[in-house]
Amino acid sequence: MSARLQTWLWIAQRGSAMVLAVCVSVHLVTMVIAVRGGLSAAEILARTQGQLAWLIFYSVFVVTVTVHAVVGLRAVLGETLGWRGWLRDLCLGAFALLLIIVGARAVLGVFGAGQ
Amino acid sequence: MSDLHVRIWRGDAEGGFSAYQVPRQESQTVLDVVTYVQRQLDATLAYRFACRVGMCGSCAMTVNGVARWTCRTHVSKVIDDQGALEIAPLNHLPIVRDLVTDMAPFFDQWAAASGQFSGAKTRHDDFATVPPDSPARRAIDAAIECIGCGVCYASCDTVAWNPAYLGPAALNRVWTLVQDARDTATLDHLRAVSGDAGCQACHTHVSCAERCPKNISPTVGIAGLKRALTKATLKGQL
Ligand code: SF4
Ligand code: SF4
Ligand code: FES
Repeated sequence: MSARLQTWLWIAQRGSAMVLAVCVSVHLVTMVIAVRGGLSAAEILARTQGQLAWLIFYSVFVVTVTVHAVVGLRAVLGETLGWRGWLRDLCLGAFALLLIIVGARAVLGVFGAGQ
Repeated sequence: MSDLHVRIWRGDAEGGFSAYQVPRQESQTVLDVVTYVQRQLDATLAYRFACRVGMCGSCAMTVNGVARWTCRTHVSKVIDDQGALEIAPLNHLPIVRDLVTDMAPFFDQWAAASGQFSGAKTRHDDFATVPPDSPARRAIDAAIECIGCGVCYASCDTVAWNPAYLGPAALNRVWTLVQDARDTATLDHLRAVSGDAGCQACHTHVSCAERCPKNISPTVGIAGLKRALTKATLKGQL
């Protein structure tokens, strides 16, 4: 992997951290308010389903989590286990795919697609 | 004054500590202790020093677990209540023998980081004018007095985790060049310090700044390099 691409990954890591700071706050505050308000899971879903804003919000959330987690894990694997090179990056690519798929399923559930 | 109980690393990486009794003296430095051992107790002890006044950067060792310049480290500052002093070679560098490490990997990183100045002027040109109070010149002032002692390199965890990492001193050097109005290879410097082994690998642990005997903060310079590199990358210059 070229140093240029590594730099882009690093920038993506920083950028995703900034987006995540907002996303996690919104997510947590919303959850706390909803749960304290006594809403059940079904009631929460009834409010999110069909809402384009939540679809966009959680799609952004999933994408930034994927970027942040995978790039971070790449550094952790390199520095802690000494695992570097193309095989690590390939495995991380697969892991990113998994996160996107699992995340997309959750987002679609919140949006209510496929029901 | 009672004697010092000194343990000194002997041999190469497979070696171990040997114990020596050294008379305690007023204003004694750690280098004085090592010199006493070598001159009075065991002439085969290998260690390195030159200036004895904190200029050459050759006397750095691990003293009671912390990398220090030994010629300017007073014994009183580092011994514990029992008067114990443990002296070992610097971390993260191959041990040649006893307290002498091979500094080549350390300086090779300076070359790999493009730590050389490249200017456009010749001896026939006039002097460049650099305002002393410009922000760039001030940033250079804060970073330029490096003596190449390797204390920061030996104190940086990232160097241990990532053997390719250029390290705090080399990056600090490149930071002075990137700030230098006369240097014409800024983008080459930034390219050389980019990537997994470059400035991005720094975790901002600040051990380097904490330990640098010249009170330089490589961390600040590395943060500056990260900013400059990000800007240049986003602008598509690299
Ligand atoms: S701030 Fe960076 S260079 Fe300095 S010790 Fe920490 S990781 Fe190493
Ligand atoms: S930055 Fe400080 S600790 Fe590092 S080599 Fe230079 S003088 Fe020594
Ligand atoms: S002997 Fe020169 S810096 Fe210590």
